[in-house]
Amino acid sequence: MIAGNRAANRLWQVLGNAVLLLVIFLTIMPYLYMVSASFKPGEELFSIPVQIFPDSLYWGNYDLLFGRTNFVRWFFNSVFIGVSRMILAVVISLMAGYAFAKFDFRFKNLLFILLLATLTLPIYVLIVPLYSMMVTFGWTNSYIALILPLAAQAIGVFLSRQYLLSIPDEILDSARVDGAGEWGIFWRIIVPLSQPVIAVMAILFFTASWNDYIWPLVVLTEDRMFTVSLGLPTLVGPYSQEYGAVMAGSFLSTVPIMIIFLIMQRRFIEGITQGAVKG
Amino acid sequence: MQPRVDEAGQGGDRKTAPGGGSGKRRWGGRRSTAAPYLFLLPFFAVYSTFLLYPTFSALWLSFQEAVALDTPSFIGLENYVRLVQDERYLHALRNTTVYALASVFILSPLALAVALAIRSFLVPSVNLKSFYRISLFLPFITSFVVIALMFSLVFNKDFGLLNSFFRSVGLPELNWLRSERLAMLSIVLVGIWTYLGVNSLYFLAGLQNIPHELNEAAAIDGANRRKTFLYVTLPLLRPTILFVVIQATIFSYQLFEIPFLLTNGGPSDATLFLSQYLYEVGFSQFDRGYAAAIGYSMALISIFLTVVQLLLYRRFTR
Repeated sequence: MIAGNRAANRLWQVLGNAVLLLVIFLTIMPYLYMVSASFKPGEELFSIPVQIFPDSLYWGNYDLLFGRTNFVRWFFNSVFIGVSRMILAVVISLMAGYAFAKFDFRFKNLLFILLLATLTLPIYVLIVPLYSMMVTFGWTNSYIALILPLAAQAIGVFLSRQYLLSIPDEILDSARVDGAGEWGIFWRIIVPLSQPVIAVMAILFFTASWNDYIWPLVVLTEDRMFTVSLGLPTLVGPYSQEYGAVMAGSFLSTVPIMIIFLIMQRRFIEGITQGAVKG
Repeated sequence: MQPRVDEAGQGGDRKTAPGGGSGKRRWGGRRSTAAPYLFLLPFFAVYSTFLLYPTFSALWLSFQEAVALDTPSFIGLENYVRLVQDERYLHALRNTTVYALASVFILSPLALAVALAIRSFLVPSVNLKSFYRISLFLPFITSFVVIALMFSLVFNKDFGLLNSFFRSVGLPELNWLRSERLAMLSIVLVGIWTYLGVNSLYFLAGLQNIPHELNEAAAIDGANRRKTFLYVTLPLLRPTILFVVIQATIFSYQLFEIPFLLTNGGPSDATLFLSQYLYEVGFSQFDRGYAAAIGYSMALISIFLTVVQLLLYRRFTR
């Protein structure tokens, strides 16, 4: 009986391993294909059967990407927008989260329910009037249109509030007794103590901004203002079939997120399982 | 994550309620009464200007006929009446729902299976383990744009990876993205590829929360593997299943980039999703009132799903 059980366990283990390896293989494959395609000249790229490892490294696609497209500019735009939006969103979320966690004020519950209600609100609801607003302000094709409007994310307030609830009131009270002002307490006590939740939010907001597509698609029309996400698809179309360059750009645009992910794996997974990056 | 936020909401109220009135006085001074509002101000200034105001103005817009720069005129519910008679809208709604159902009934069980597979996996080293975790996570942190571009090559009829593989094993080559029958399947496959890893990690977290003793107790009572799974594991996993299923549904109804860039809604609207229809109506036809109504129909779907999630979550964790 026990021996039979052991054999059955073994079988399940082998089966489990096989399933997992297959899934991982299928997950990795498109990435390998992307990287290998970026190092292939056209004729090799368009030939079948596909070779995952190219005959030799061909740098032409990268030359084309850097020399004949605005890729570098797009990359800079994405970094600038991502970092600015991230800093702004982290600061205002942490401030609001602090107010919800450590103060009592009128309409507290009402405001909190309001935030809850808009947590999963899709951008599609408000995109038309929001765009009209950008036109009225003269903000189309500007950085501010990509930084400011999407900086208030309810999820940031929730994460901050939840984290700050665990900080004992006594620390704040003793600082107040020592004569510290509320503003000083926030920057000198709350911010340093909030490193973990700040990291989670930073990753969350930067990734969301980096991967954003529909909002840049609506407000940006000038090529030099494009973000990487918006620019890359424009390289393939009826008049251009630069698949190699597109794959090179896709690869390079995935690198920053991948590096952040590798460095901060634990926080990254925490951040993503607590708030949705996509959508 | 909704469930956690919900828990925190209740916990937080309980924590602050008893000291509520005295808290302010204890800190003394006039500045602490103004302080919370000043801390809230920057967030709520941005939030009300760029989120609340446009959301309400979209509601008002959805009751108006507002095309391009013409002066809008009030038409009551006409835009919404138009929705239920608009063949293309209904078609997009059907397509999006098909995709959502596939996420729920194909993707979620697959993810559970992968999570179970990971549990039974004998991982030889820590490095390998983190390699697996990274690979499973990778699609989720890759932008939809890159995913769409990658798969436009994978699915390419003439030189794509998939057809190259099909040819080498003697299967017929297929026109994945340009055939009416296959285009939606291709989008569903990309969706599965994107979310399988992260959903299986959600399930894995759920499985690890189930105490080992319960499975052992069931085994001692003579339950076999199948019975243990059906009567012990699955019921205890219900909150996780609910979370994964609702998230998958909400994301499905908001998906834009994959069908837009991979098939551009085609061929002949076979992969037209609600988001793309809204984009076309609002930003190509400039029918702003009608686009706002489409947006609100999408919000209703998302609100409905969130409420269902909250209600069921309460029931499961009572």
